[in-house]
Amino acid sequence: MPETSDLRETPLAPAHKALGARMVEFGGWNMPVSYTSILDEHKAVREKAGLFDISHMGQLFVSGTGAEAWLNSLLTNDIRRLSVGHGQYTILLNDGGGTVDDLIVYRLEEQRYLLLVNASRIEDDYNWLDRKKNANVSLENLSADFGGIALQGPEAETILHKTFDEEKRPIKRNQLLFSPFKGIDVIITRTGYTGEDGFEFFCSTEVLTDLWNKLLEEGKNYGLVPAGLGARDTLRLEACYPLYGHELDSGITPLEAGLQGFLCFDKPEKFTGIEALRKQKQEGLTRKSVALEVVGVGAPPRAQYPLMKDGLKVGEVTSGGHSPTLKKGIALALVEISASQVGTKLEMIVREKPVTVQVIKKPFYRKL
Amino acid sequence: MNHPENLLYAESHEWLSIDGNTGTVGITDHAQNALSDVVFVELPKIGKTVKQKDTAAAVESVKAASDIYSPISGEIIEVNTKLSSNPELVNSSPYTDGWIFKIKLSSPEEAGNLKNVKDYQALLGK
Repeated sequence: MPETSDLRETPLAPAHKALGARMVEFGGWNMPVSYTSILDEHKAVREKAGLFDISHMGQLFVSGTGAEAWLNSLLTNDIRRLSVGHGQYTILLNDGGGTVDDLIVYRLEEQRYLLLVNASRIEDDYNWLDRKKNANVSLENLSADFGGIALQGPEAETILHKTFDEEKRPIKRNQLLFSPFKGIDVIITRTGYTGEDGFEFFCSTEVLTDLWNKLLEEGKNYGLVPAGLGARDTLRLEACYPLYGHELDSGITPLEAGLQGFLCFDKPEKFTGIEALRKQKQEGLTRKSVALEVVGVGAPPRAQYPLMKDGLKVGEVTSGGHSPTLKKGIALALVEISASQVGTKLEMIVREKPVTVQVIKKPFYRKL
Repeated sequence: MNHPENLLYAESHEWLSIDGNTGTVGITDHAQNALSDVVFVELPKIGKTVKQKDTAAAVESVKAASDIYSPISGEIIEVNTKLSSNPELVNSSPYTDGWIFKIKLSSPEEAGNLKNVKDYQALLGK
């Protein structure tokens, strides 16, 4: 782990300190893990609203006459389905079908796109795309110029109404538009990583703190609280959203991760990695990402805990923890196909002792 | 933060209260605050013998698991079974209802290796 002094800080770092946040290292950034308690912040997002600093996330811009065709030959989903001002979840693969990153791509103009990528993957994504670039596209990494805030929860829309003009708000899930705040254009998208309705804001770092304070102020009467990465992780885990480096990495394919719905095998452009995925489909998966819950009272799962069936190791936990909503231990785990059926009971090894867990249907929590 | 004067403290943030030949062990206010949101406590088995600084139990917060080390050697004679259904007692009352286990001391003189409240607070830098 890098020394604290090597960690990057977002423009909101002084605001987090003033709010008494506990800070932790995440993907090279010094980020708030919680302000009061992860459980309270989780509950606020499920029942009211929470405000997250997501300035660490990356913004790559792709434009040029060849942008659409080029991106469609790299990303698994089909961007031809996107009209201007809309986005989709999609995946960038290596030649072997393993995952370079998972991201959201937005069509800003006919031939201009925003790729919203994971903080820890910005450089790798940029380098991967840069190597594949052709004369008809240009690629820019503007991550350092943008800060980001996520407003999530059932009260998010009401709080947005208080802050931005009526006409300048995204109506549909994954819609994007520009709306002015203090004379600066803010990108507002209707998306999130919590399993709740919500919005993400990306803008120049100079107005970010003002936007953060304005949203907190407007949201005060609606139960809005600042929420840290701790709650962000328990919220996304309940919704079964993958986290790069856990459910996805360069050796895990989206078929194994259960993301078939975001793979377009029949679009005109063959995306990088398609042959490897076709082969994997044809031969059948040997392992799969599943949802697990602890049966009865037992220690909460943690990443890398081994999973055993009939005395043999059949996989391991990729993300785990205590579910504040279900009030029990839950996990995502990569297991052999023979252990992936719903209802299968496995032994999870915690501090050298077995804890019984059971494969259940994904997700743990669904509202959207 | 609250650290009672009548207790002994380990550098690993457990407290020990000695009554005759029996010790009661829990984690300090500082430790519970640093962990926050305790959601599971793994209690030791009654009858197990532990040496000073051996792992004796585990406390899990939403975020992470932390080992609890026995501040003194002996045999585990009682555990706080209330923590199985109410692990949050470790947060809400770390020195009373949130105690973790009781131990029959085999080497009471080891108490001399522990810190008094003044030294413990100095360790925390307060």
